Amino acid sequence: MSIASLWRTRQQRYSLQGEICPDCHQAIFPPRDVCPHCSEAAGPLHTMSGRGEVYSFTRMFNVPEGFQPQRPYTVALVRLEEGPMVTAQLTDISEDDVEIGMPVEMVTRKLREEGDSGEIVYGYKFRPAYAAAD
Amino acid sequence: MRNVSIIGIGQMPVGEHWDLSVRHIAHHAIAAALDEAGSEQVDALFVGNMLSGSLLSQEHLATLIADFSGLRNVEAAKIESACASGASALRVGHMAVASGMHDRVVVCGVEKMTDSTGGSTTAGLATAADAEYEAAHGVTFVGLNALIMRRYMYEFDVPMDAFAGFSINAHRNGVHNANAMFQKPISLETYLNAPMIASPINIMDSSPVCDGAAAVVLAPTEQAQQHTTGHHPGGVEILASASANDTIALHDRKDPLFLEAAYVSSQQAYVQSGVTPADVDFFELHDAFTIMSALSLEATGYARRGEGWHLAADEAVGPDGRIPVSTLGGLKSRGHPVGATGVYQVVEAVQQLRGEAGSGQIPNATIGMTQNIGGSGATIVTHILGS
Repeated sequence: MSIASLWRTRQQRYSLQGEICPDCHQAIFPPRDVCPHCSEAAGPLHTMSGRGEVYSFTRMFNVPEGFQPQRPYTVALVRLEEGPMVTAQLTDISEDDVEIGMPVEMVTRKLREEGDSGEIVYGYKFRPAYAAAD
Repeated sequence: MRNVSIIGIGQMPVGEHWDLSVRHIAHHAIAAALDEAGSEQVDALFVGNMLSGSLLSQEHLATLIADFSGLRNVEAAKIESACASGASALRVGHMAVASGMHDRVVVCGVEKMTDSTGGSTTAGLATAADAEYEAAHGVTFVGLNALIMRRYMYEFDVPMDAFAGFSINAHRNGVHNANAMFQKPISLETYLNAPMIASPINIMDSSPVCDGAAAVVLAPTEQAQQHTTGHHPGGVEILASASANDTIALHDRKDPLFLEAAYVSSQQAYVQSGVTPADVDFFELHDAFTIMSALSLEATGYARRGEGWHLAADEAVGPDGRIPVSTLGGLKSRGHPVGATGVYQVVEAVQQLRGEAGSGQIPNATIGMTQNIGGSGATIVTHILGS
């Protein structure tokens, strides 16, 4: 991703900023021009809570350029509690402990580094969510 | 609309062609197809290719190939829709001839994947996904298919070895294809001991990175029937050509375990041709990963949702089965030079329908179907051919 693209998507990567459709009221992530649910113009910005659950996951051994230092890592599809699903890495958990359906929460982590002198890209990953003490 | 036939085919053996460039392998396939068709000149060349820009720093590819192949003063354009580029190029060629715009069109699917290193090829393939919201998180193409496979196994209570039959069938059939990358059978034990690429996908669930080029020559069926200069007068008719799309990102699908674009394009193809799933003698499906074989069979009318994996057995998909698939090796054994694959599928279907598939021949085959998938199911092109 280019610097311009990283800048444009910063609110999405740092805070899961999406939208709520003004017509059908469904949550959308990332923001779109057209609501994927009702095809009307998509609408006002809405920041997701960052809570969700694991829909599926994979342990990746063969990875693209730029991600080799982290290999292997676990990528998941996370269903956010508002409804949208996102693709993201899991962190702070060993693969053996990952299960479909487990609750997770968003954290901001380093996604990749562009070499010694390049930019460092931060964005969302998900870690196991623990119920808050009463 | 005119009916359209294939009057010539050509192909490179799939493999690692370190000694040849993209222009050489494309020309090899085009020259063979033109020779078969008995055509020296065509009106247009449409090239299906995905990665020439990112892996070879070469765009304007169709003109490069036309130039190298001696096709001057013709229309030349590259068609790209990820791994469905080959069938998409065929579909553009089909529209050009069916509409009456052109009388002779050559369609070439070509991909050169071994000029680059593994990491950049993997990154190139990931460009078929949403760059900002999928690939940015380090997921690869294998990874996306692994996410589908894991969830499928969870929802439908599928055992680890359930998909082995698709891979074993493809490799056994590839033995009969001199142009296949792997011409040797594999055992269940080989499958079970294969290393993981992205769990639960192991190397035997996955098609290989490779180079390849395949080509077909198209003509109006009416002219093909009078066509006497080629080796195969009459040709094989394209009975249906249909393409549909879905969300580019896997995470945006209403049902990530159902290939809606395969359902839509196959239903359109059945309507166009008047053919039903039961009429199809063989099905060249897009077995880039074994999970895709199961999902294609479900979406195309051969199994209910969640039951496609039951067909991973000889009595269903073997050469004598109810619906033979990957009859000359499929993507798994012939190889998956991504933008070329859709044209290889059609070239192999023509071999079957002419009765020229050698010891891989499906007896009395008269109707064949091909299905080419781009991305994790985002573009799906279905063709039905008849002899």
